Amino acid sequence: MRQSKRKSRTMLSYHIMISAGMLWLIFFNIVPMFGIVMAFQDFNPGLGFLHSKFVGLGNFEYLFSMSDSRRVIANTFIIAVSKLILNVVVPLTFALLLNEVGNLKFKKAVQTVVYLPHFLSWVILASVLLQIFSLKGSINGLLSVFGIEGKIWFSEDVYFRNLVIGSDVWKEFGFNAVIYLAALTGISPELYEAAAIDGCGKLKSIWHITLPGIAGTVVLLSVLGLGNVLNAGFDQVFNLYSPLVYSTGDILDTWVFRMGLVDVQFSLATTAGLFKSVISFILVVTSYLVAYKVADYKVF
Amino acid sequence: MKEGKEKELALSFGEDMVISRTKGRRVFVAANTLIMIILSLSCLYPLWYALCLSISDKAAANSGAVTVWPVGFSLDSYQQIMGDWKFFNSFGISVQRTVLGTIVTIFVLIMFAYPLSKPTSEYKYRDIIMWIVIFCMIFSGGTIPWYITMMKYGLIDKIWGLVLSGGMPVFNLILLVNFYRGIPKELGEAAVVDGADSWTILFRIIVPCSIPVLATIILFTSVGYWNEFFQGLVLSSGDTHYPLQTYIKQMVVNVQTTNLSMDQIEKLDKLSNKSLDAAKVFIAMIPMLVVYPFLQKYFVTGIMLGAVKE
Repeated sequence: MRQSKRKSRTMLSYHIMISAGMLWLIFFNIVPMFGIVMAFQDFNPGLGFLHSKFVGLGNFEYLFSMSDSRRVIANTFIIAVSKLILNVVVPLTFALLLNEVGNLKFKKAVQTVVYLPHFLSWVILASVLLQIFSLKGSINGLLSVFGIEGKIWFSEDVYFRNLVIGSDVWKEFGFNAVIYLAALTGISPELYEAAAIDGCGKLKSIWHITLPGIAGTVVLLSVLGLGNVLNAGFDQVFNLYSPLVYSTGDILDTWVFRMGLVDVQFSLATTAGLFKSVISFILVVTSYLVAYKVADYKVF
Repeated sequence: MKEGKEKELALSFGEDMVISRTKGRRVFVAANTLIMIILSLSCLYPLWYALCLSISDKAAANSGAVTVWPVGFSLDSYQQIMGDWKFFNSFGISVQRTVLGTIVTIFVLIMFAYPLSKPTSEYKYRDIIMWIVIFCMIFSGGTIPWYITMMKYGLIDKIWGLVLSGGMPVFNLILLVNFYRGIPKELGEAAVVDGADSWTILFRIIVPCSIPVLATIILFTSVGYWNEFFQGLVLSSGDTHYPLQTYIKQMVVNVQTTNLSMDQIEKLDKLSNKSLDAAKVFIAMIPMLVVYPFLQKYFVTGIMLGAVKE
């Protein structure tokens, strides 16, 4: 009797603990999902969800017949996949190199500094990068020494994509390296000593000990990154691009923003957003399943 | 004789190897150090550049004379900002949002995560709630449905819009649930014997045990709120309601990326004030620099917690 009373009181406490978060989740994560219905309507804000005309898959047909859509999807894919690959390769290389630094104070100082860009917003970084790469910026100053003509680099569609990829890798490499550095310290030093006794050189021991030692981490992170194949980084591109570089720099998210919130084509923009959400959802689920099978990774 | 020569040869060969190896090593160490220094400088440069521009003379800043050092020292830009009430208004909105948002987030998460850390036998709704949470983490309705919903809620120009509209921080919730689960059960059980209810257990035992992960979440959440600009942009009816990042996006970045011809750019350069812009940007960086040492201390723990689970 007392036991069950106590138990129901505990249950009540649990429900109360859950409630605030649950309300937040319902009203701000779940309710907006119902807006997806607009993707299947010719949505008119005046009529609302209930009275707007349903058009079935018409929006999808129209969307994929637009020449813009193919360009935007291609840009998104190229930028996102390049980032996915380089955001593994560059931090990994950096971690290996930093691991070779003998002076601990210097090592610590380098580590402290390279995390910094990760914590600055793209608004801030874009405002500085646009200055540095502007007509009278430092980059042109530096290049003029070599006789290269000055440009507004972020306004050139030939360079824009690479600049976006490069600046993202630069912003995140220090932060992304943290996890590899941690994995590196997890490798037993005895293995290196044994290898040295057997006459193993530095490069050989990196190849045979270091890389296999962190392979698990690398594979896991790469697999989990798969869900981002259509995530080219809205914040970054939105702050760096201009109409001059739409041909190479416009991505799904920025396109959705302009179509929906600037041109007020709610239905089409929702459709494009839904396309991205669904593809990403499938990819994330797949990558989690693969990570679970390969590395026994569990979300919870 | 022959044997001795062979020995000598072997010896000299061996020494040669040692020398060449140490030589190669020395070259590598030098190159590696250089690479590290260049990378570090590149990460510091944006900060330094903004600072240099902001304390340089207006004309020098606009003409592109500032690259590595301030040119023609002047604090005019900071003086000018002092009179810019819109800038401080935005700064205030950002501070308010960050403080409120971090407090709300941390309290909601502390409570929400606790029942979810219990096994299903103790809280039977655990699994279903957990699946809903994970579904919300990997699927969303997209920008437009989100925007229309926020409009319907009447969250335009509201501080609560800036705090709540990003949705429940699902990733941090899962981080915390996993951390709670790692805390030895015996601690809670001992307290139950002493007559403690779940609230006491949560706030007296679980929370104090979770300080490192909570510190990480607090830091990341506050950085996230401070750096967010998009919600500030679309949920504001005008520039007097912008948080700071949105203000900078609209007043500084947009001017740089507008589609202009060369002579328009020349004209704009005369009108613009790069030094003033840089001063605004630098001030927006300051809170980040203040919390950076703390971030340093805790975020490595945080990342490892998120990545490594049993």
